[in-house]
Amino acid sequence: MHTTLRPLLAVAVTAGLLTITGCQESKPSGFSPQQLTDMLHLVMESDRAVYTKQVVNRLKDEGVIKPSEHFIDDKALPLPAQMFRFGAEAVAAKTDAFSYSLQSLWPINKQNAPRTEAEKIGLQFIIDNPGQNYYTEEKLGEQSYFTAVYPDAAVAPVCASCHNEHKDSPRTDFKLGDVLGGVVIRVPLGG
Amino acid sequence: MKYAIWALWLSTLLAVAGWYGYRLYAGEELQVFNPGPLSAGHHQLEQACGACHVSPMGGGEVLQKACVNCHGDELKAARDAHPQSKFTDPRNADRLAHLDARYCLACHVEHAPERTWPMTVTQPDDFCVHCHADIAEDRPSHQDMAFDTCASAGCHNYHDNRALYEDFLVKGADQPLLLEIARIAAPAPLADKHPDWQKPAEVPQPDAPSERLNAEAVAGWLASDHAEVGVNCSGCHQPQGVAWQAKPELGTCQRCHAGEAQGFFAGKHGMRLNPDLLVKLTPMRPEPGLLAFTAESAGHELSCSSCHGAHKVDLVAAAVEACLGCHADQHSLAYQDSPHQRLWQAEQRGELPPGSGVSCASCHLPRETAEVHGRERRLVQHNQNANLRPNEKMLRGVCLDCHGLPFALDALADPLLLQNNFRGAPAQHVPSVDMALERARR
Repeated sequence: MHTTLRPLLAVAVTAGLLTITGCQESKPSGFSPQQLTDMLHLVMESDRAVYTKQVVNRLKDEGVIKPSEHFIDDKALPLPAQMFRFGAEAVAAKTDAFSYSLQSLWPINKQNAPRTEAEKIGLQFIIDNPGQNYYTEEKLGEQSYFTAVYPDAAVAPVCASCHNEHKDSPRTDFKLGDVLGGVVIRVPLGG
Repeated sequence: MKYAIWALWLSTLLAVAGWYGYRLYAGEELQVFNPGPLSAGHHQLEQACGACHVSPMGGGEVLQKACVNCHGDELKAARDAHPQSKFTDPRNADRLAHLDARYCLACHVEHAPERTWPMTVTQPDDFCVHCHADIAEDRPSHQDMAFDTCASAGCHNYHDNRALYEDFLVKGADQPLLLEIARIAAPAPLADKHPDWQKPAEVPQPDAPSERLNAEAVAGWLASDHAEVGVNCSGCHQPQGVAWQAKPELGTCQRCHAGEAQGFFAGKHGMRLNPDLLVKLTPMRPEPGLLAFTAESAGHELSCSSCHGAHKVDLVAAAVEACLGCHADQHSLAYQDSPHQRLWQAEQRGELPPGSGVSCASCHLPRETAEVHGRERRLVQHNQNANLRPNEKMLRGVCLDCHGLPFALDALADPLLLQNNFRGAPAQHVPSVDMALERARR
């Protein structure tokens, strides 16, 4: 793990705050864990929507190439959820300064169902409170984490149709704009 | 008297420490440090502790790196179903407390023969339960199935499930026992490796010094691809202008056959000669091997020429005779007069099209597409272990060239058929295709 990323991230976060606030002469205070996860999520959500709309949905509609869960065998595009997971795994191989995953109360892959109490409560919270995120702290093993759960909505028709048609999907009535699941981001707390 | 005892104790201690220390420093007789025999996969490397223990101060991460150095590419190619990245998320902390699957050593402990099971697994064979205890909720067909059957019934592998995943089973469910066109991959044409190659207009002349020439060697060379593509005697015996080498070094072969050599060094035939090993080992011989070998093969050292011959580079002989010259286990002996061998002989007689016959190499050293020096080439995978165990690894690269998936799955799961080299119909039935079909229907 590139643990050196942590101080770099702290410096970047501090510098970012200074730049954003324009208070270049004030004492740097850094971002709070919530600000950090909010910004990370903004990047993830935007990239995810672009891939889904501009690549998967468009090329499928134009008949160029389809997405497939078995994209290597089928010579197809990785599904947006797979794309997201590959990114999360690539990040995890480089740093343990933060981690993220895509989960759902109606997961196609059952390993993506909530496991920790924070995940279970958070995923239910974002369903019950549209437009809101869930933030908490939890202890996993010996480590405490700041954990944030963000709603993940069907941003394109292909999202809803794939989830509805997949044979492993426990729910088949999703519509465009529905919350399919949540993005869970964790930042370790303490030293 | 008291001081004398102390002095004797101290000098004995120093002598013992010095003896061990010297061996550690000089890298000699390192077996004195060996806490127990290595597994079947690594036993050839007992003298090469540094192959895994790359740093004397190394802990789990260092050993993990050593595992990945040798096995990482193979796992990637197998689309490893349980890569390390699946377990690094903190949400798995409770699971890792039971089984820290981030590390190969969690399941593959070395020097522990008393608890090493097939596939060199050192966990109880129901280890899947740690993460999949509730599988029956999602797959009612799995209700009452014991967790020690996940990997032993021909249904799942921990790492390589390329031929076992549900949608693949459904796609192959209707395939017949024998495909209409049953052919293994043909050898790549010479032009594949030598794009500018043209068949020489005249018979090439050997360029060895006259005192080195002998009729048998020249005749063999003239019949070989080496003569066809212009690799003359000096190409192997005087590479890059060095003094004449009666027995060319393995590195000379490797210079032109890098892809093949890479597989050879990764497999059991050539792992002792792997240039990456810090300790120089002698070539593998049948005697230290853990299988049954012919008496005549004793002392036979494995190199490229031990199977291919020195001059003729006979690919036909290398595909069967070379193997059976050493291997004498039940499966190998049963190849004689097996259905696969009868096809092989018919192909050699010209009665069947190329690729119809099945040699030892067809299955254990199959032709694959691989990238060598930035170019994609079809070449023989010389790591015989790459698709050997679990034997479902052989399905996509070998069996399915000729057979349908349901038959191939059943055949590979039948221990008697493995022993008798596939004479007869499978007595075992792997239910995974039926279960996948049933689920798809629902």
